[in-house]
Order: sequence, then structure tokens, then C-alpha cells
Amino acid sequence: MITPTHYLALSAALFMIGAIGVLTRRNIIIILMSIELMLNAVNINFVVFSHQIQNVVGQVFAVFVICVAAAEAAVGLAIILAFYRNKETVNIDDMTLLRW
Amino acid sequence: MGEAVAFYLAAALILGFAVLVITARSTVHSVMFLVLNFLSVAGLYVLLSAQFLAVIQVLVYAGGIVVLYLFVVMLVSLKRSAEAHSDPKRLGRLGVVLSVAVLAEFVAIAAYGWATPAAVGPGLQASNVEQLGRALYMDYLIPFEVASMLLLVAMIGAIVLAKREL
Repeated sequence: MITPTHYLALSAALFMIGAIGVLTRRNIIIILMSIELMLNAVNINFVVFSHQIQNVVGQVFAVFVICVAAAEAAVGLAIILAFYRNKETVNIDDMTLLRW
Repeated sequence: MGEAVAFYLAAALILGFAVLVITARSTVHSVMFLVLNFLSVAGLYVLLSAQFLAVIQVLVYAGGIVVLYLFVVMLVSLKRSAEAHSDPKRLGRLGVVLSVAVLAEFVAIAAYGWATPAAVGPGLQASNVEQLGRALYMDYLIPFEVASMLLLVAMIGAIVLAKREL
């Protein structure tokens, strides 16, 4: 029998994989992809609770999360392109422009 | 029984592809594994009787966002490896913090499951798309319009940022 607990554990594990990706990889494109993984984990939580309490509002919020993820990906990747044009790197260790 | 098999299959695919995304050497491979991960998540949504969200997931994530990533990966030269030295001390501290966090999460989930042992219900009745559309356009009309403005601003911002000169 699959209970919401199973889904929550899956989502927690997926979120942790995303967090590990953000914290250990140095390639900023991979880091953005890990953020997408974490947003997906959040979406799974929303849909599971929506399913459990028989209320569609959770799915509405999942739609909003997808919308924000699309905006974030577009702007983030544009920033990466602009940065790469100036500095020829996608390694976040070299992105120290705003550090003093 | 069938639901359990489907759930464990989807869960294994999701976690396996997620691990491959963050461990793959080549960025292009990472993007490909990301597509497969998103498709598995869409399968999970179907399992939870959220068909509309599954379709959106395939269209927006696997169809749109991933293509965007692929474009950037292709535009950014991949000759030099972007991975610099990895500091073992920092990784060790990171491991401790993350293990504590995931332990706390699992404890919270177990407490939740113990407090409310409710099973997953029989699924939302009526058409999923109809219900979602009703909620989106009646109760959440203002957030919906704000989201459309956000997308417009993001589109203009991305064009301005990526343009060589204005």
C-alpha cells in the first residue's frame, strides 16, 4: 500500500540530491539543473497533498511553481551567457566579481 | 499491487536519473538525464491522478526548459572542464550538514505519517482539467495574471541580458 509518506520520502530524497548537486558541483549550468530538481521535489509534495486532501489547489500552486521555474531558467541562462561572453568561464569559483 | 509496482518503478527512475544528472561528466549528458528525470516525474503525476500537470510537465519542462539548457550548453564552450579542485575538508563538513538535514526530513515525514495514517484517497472526482481550470480562473485569477506578467518580464529580461548590445 502506497501512502503519502512514501511520496514524501521520495520527494525528500530528490530534494537532497538537488541540494548535493548545488553544493558540490562547480559548473553553474549543472547547479541550475539541480535547482530544477529541487523545484520538482517541491511540486511532488504539492501534488501528493492535493491528492490526499482531495483538493485541487495544490496542483494550482504546482502550476505556479512550474511557471516561476521557467522564468528562472530563462533569466539564469541569459545571465550565464552574458557572463561567459565577458569572462569565458562557467565555473562558479571564478565568478567573484561582486566579492570584495 | 499494481500501484505499488508503478510507484517503486517511477521512484527508482526519478532518483537514479537525478543522481546521474549531478554526477555525469559531460554537461550534455546531464541535460539528457534531466529530460528522463522530468518524464519520470510526469509518470508519477499520472499515478497521483494529476493528468493536466503531467502534460504541463512534459510540455514545459521536458519540451521547453531543457531545450533552453541545451542551447546554452552548446553555446558555452566545453573544451575545458569546469570542475576545479574539490576541497575534501569542505566536502566533509557539507556531508555532515546534509545528513543532518535529510535525517530531520525523514523524522518529520515519519512523524507526519504516524500522526495521520490516512491512505491516498480514490482520486479527485470529475475531470482533473475542469477542476484545475475552475480553481485557476476563478479563485486564483489575480495570481494567474501576476504569473503571466512574471513570464513577460522574464522574457524581456532574458532578451536584454543575452543581447550583445542594445
